[in-house]
Amino acid sequence: MSEHEDRGRPEEEPQVPEEPRGRADGDARAPAGAEARADGEPEAPTGAEDRADGDARATAEEPARGTRQPAPGPSRSAQFVRDLLSGSWLVTVLAIFIALVLSGVLIAGADARVQDAAGYFFARPTDMLGAAWDAVSASYTALFRGSIFDYQATSFARAIRPLTETMVFSVPLVFTGLGIALAFRAGMFNIGGQGQIIAGAIVGGYIGFGMNLPVVLHLILAVLGAALGGAIYGGIAGVLKARTGANEVIVTIMLNNIAVYLIAWLLTQPAFQQPDSNLPRSPYVEATALYPTLLGPPFRLHLGFLLMIAVTALVWWLVERSTFGFELRAVGANPEAARTAGVSVSKVIIVAMLVAGALSGLGGSAQVLGTEGLLTAGVAASYGFDAITVALLGRARAWGTLAAGLLFGALKAGGFLMQSTTQTPIDIILVMQSIIVLLIAAPPLVRAIFRLPAPRPGRRQRSVLEAQEVAAA
Amino acid sequence: MKLELRGITKRFGSLVANDSIDLVVEPGEIHALLGENGAGKSTLMNVLYGLYDPDDGEILLDDRPVRFDGPGDAVAAGIGMVHQHFMLVPIFTVAESVALGYEPAGRLGIIDRRTARKRVTEISDRFGFDVDPGAVIEDLPVGVQQRVEIIKALSREAKILILDEPTAVLTPQETDELIEIMRQLKAEGTSIVFITHKLREVRAIADSITVIRRGKVVGEATPDTSETELASLMVGRSVSMAVDKDPAEPGDDGLVISDLTVLDSRNNVVLDHIDLTVRRGEILAVAGVQGNGQTELTETILGLTEPLQGSITLDGKELTGTDVKSRLRAGVGFIPEDRSTSGVISTFTVAENFILDLYDVEPFARAGTLRPQVIQDNARKRAEEYDVRLRDVDDPISTLSGGNQQKVVVAREMSRPLRVLVASQPTRGVDVGSVEFIHKQIVAERDNGTPVLLVSSELDEAMNLGDRIAVMYRGAIVGIVPGDTDRDVLGLMMAGVPLEEAQAQAAVHRTALAAADDQTEEAP
Repeated sequence: MSEHEDRGRPEEEPQVPEEPRGRADGDARAPAGAEARADGEPEAPTGAEDRADGDARATAEEPARGTRQPAPGPSRSAQFVRDLLSGSWLVTVLAIFIALVLSGVLIAGADARVQDAAGYFFARPTDMLGAAWDAVSASYTALFRGSIFDYQATSFARAIRPLTETMVFSVPLVFTGLGIALAFRAGMFNIGGQGQIIAGAIVGGYIGFGMNLPVVLHLILAVLGAALGGAIYGGIAGVLKARTGANEVIVTIMLNNIAVYLIAWLLTQPAFQQPDSNLPRSPYVEATALYPTLLGPPFRLHLGFLLMIAVTALVWWLVERSTFGFELRAVGANPEAARTAGVSVSKVIIVAMLVAGALSGLGGSAQVLGTEGLLTAGVAASYGFDAITVALLGRARAWGTLAAGLLFGALKAGGFLMQSTTQTPIDIILVMQSIIVLLIAAPPLVRAIFRLPAPRPGRRQRSVLEAQEVAAA
Repeated sequence: MKLELRGITKRFGSLVANDSIDLVVEPGEIHALLGENGAGKSTLMNVLYGLYDPDDGEILLDDRPVRFDGPGDAVAAGIGMVHQHFMLVPIFTVAESVALGYEPAGRLGIIDRRTARKRVTEISDRFGFDVDPGAVIEDLPVGVQQRVEIIKALSREAKILILDEPTAVLTPQETDELIEIMRQLKAEGTSIVFITHKLREVRAIADSITVIRRGKVVGEATPDTSETELASLMVGRSVSMAVDKDPAEPGDDGLVISDLTVLDSRNNVVLDHIDLTVRRGEILAVAGVQGNGQTELTETILGLTEPLQGSITLDGKELTGTDVKSRLRAGVGFIPEDRSTSGVISTFTVAENFILDLYDVEPFARAGTLRPQVIQDNARKRAEEYDVRLRDVDDPISTLSGGNQQKVVVAREMSRPLRVLVASQPTRGVDVGSVEFIHKQIVAERDNGTPVLLVSSELDEAMNLGDRIAVMYRGAIVGIVPGDTDRDVLGLMMAGVPLEEAQAQAAVHRTALAAADDQTEEAP
């Protein structure tokens, strides 16, 4: 139903929440628009004298909730952001736990000894179970040794190197994850992390290897250039959405493709190629433009990690404490109300995408000025897509994204050792990440598995009750 | 058919929505179920209609206990329900709508349209409904759509008709027609359960009245019970129905709208050369059936919509062409008509909602940074001042009742110095106690010398608050009349009849509600 027709249908006292919507009653149901409007107006009387009324209505609304059509609110994205933000930490932890268990099953299934023992499972079941235990524990031990602490290492430096590797891998993930999380908070699905990383890496990399500048200045300029490259690339999607209403999901996905081919083409151009070489590789970034290492060899940990923590704090301030963040969150939660409150929605969309792109661009800088040291077609690896998962797991919050990025960095770092020592395919890591995201995106599933109560209605009911108790007192 | 509900109890979790409710509806009786929003009226009717299973109690039809497992059973037993929000498919014809869910199918499952049409014509003629079975639903006025719903129920041989807030969407004249229809149905022996919270209608139509509060029956009343008495039964304490206000002392022109024309996205004219002047210290009420341009009028004043032509000036300064924020800063206070979509952000805290349009000004922000402590203190102060019942200002505002959410909006808009207040449906979906409070605040703002533009589709509200009333119809102003203009005249104007003609017609034919008005006036 169009907005116009919707308005043409007058209604006065929206009292509908009492009405159970989920059950078919043989009547023609009104089109979604009318229901959505009515649902949007939950109505509860208040105050001491109305207390039982409130009870009646708080409850009357509940049965309808589970079966109601999804996304009755102002927009689907606002609804998604709401769900994402309201998810509990317990669900996150449990999702990681389930992912470890299911991946364990897969690890066991892929193990040759387990497969052999399965052939005579009914004769000696302990053989297979024992083999499965060995396979899973060996894999997860290797994962731990590869990502946190290698207790079998010969020196202390080697023992803690896995942890620093985890930190190194987390840098591009966290930067890009922050960019995606910030866009989420503004109600946008920024799928363009990949393209924004590449755009940042191109600009940052070019400044790094194509220019000769003094020591500190060179790095600063290269980092800012990377941020700018990403910002422009993200900004394209923002401007298109704000000015024409173009769907940012489609635009950013298309921009990803453009970026992939753009970098492939650039690397065939003389300005971007190593001299006397036909390989699609850029010259090495000047030492003056590289992030300095923090611990020196053999560690790869570089200054980008500290920058990442500082930027996380900055993003936290920007989203949660700044006036722009207020606008951004308002637009993400309810663009209509934001507009009514004098917020320029299109400005917020554009600025949000600029900042999101800049953050991803910094992720690109971590690659080209940090771990890689040069520009290749694979400079972004799959960080742009992994970062979506990181932002989801971090519940679109700055510090949550940092934590999620560290976890995924650990999985990445540990995956290599796991593959080399136990022959467990590294793809298991991808499966693990995917299961986590699947479960985060489907909190009801996690709740169902662990028989957790639905958080929101319960909390809401309690709050309403408590509010009324307060009022009564 | 006689309907009896005995001890109906419906619990949701530990909470009791209906607490052993007894209700008897005699055959051929119009029985009003009166109660505030959330009192449990609709829950009760949903139990009766088979949508909820009662936890306790029984339903008796003609003294025989019955059990409904779903609306199908209820319909088969002769119970029909007309929902507040019509359950019609906009692109269907009347005949198709009536047939839906009860298709008179012929061979091969093909719907027998002729039978469906015949049935519509039959019922329509019998009650003088004047409904064309071939008309498409979306082309029909709301009042006629409602009749289609009634025909639908009657075509399934409903002996008991439940009407859920049937007058909420009607003009006074349409309401009058509905009342006529209800009387005819009654004469034919149909029992009617009439759910409402409007006291005036209850007194005009009902044979008997049951008042529900907090899920319990708190009293039975007869139509000659006074409105004040009914209101106190409904709310549980004495409330004053009339708004106490002194005569307006209008000053200079505040808000001047001239020749304002606005098109919608499909280039339909939604505001048609509007001229309005709101003077300082007066309330100009804009009355009219919803959807006649009121929304666009307020949105254009705030700057959410740009006009095609015309000007809006505030204290002589032109507003058109500036953005929403500069208009807010210029002193436009805005209470949006739809609180949940435009007034508050439900996931934000109460404190944040208190500063939704003040988030970037001192003292709430400094150097681009919000100051949570100041914001919280402000919220506590305003909550106290405006009697907002809450637990913690850091709870999401969705934990507040509708009335309290609306008080947050009102408090927010009135807490800064205003040059004009635009209040759109300020008491929609708000409990009676809060209505009284909000009305007082609006009058107080007027007495401070602020021009107030009040848009209300509740005629009572427009009449109670407005010093002058502008009636809108199809995007144009039909006329601007004094606040004490006769209800029938206003009703006719709301249907597009010009003032003189409306006065002439109203003098000849009094509607039931206006007649009730006359009685009330004579009584004291």
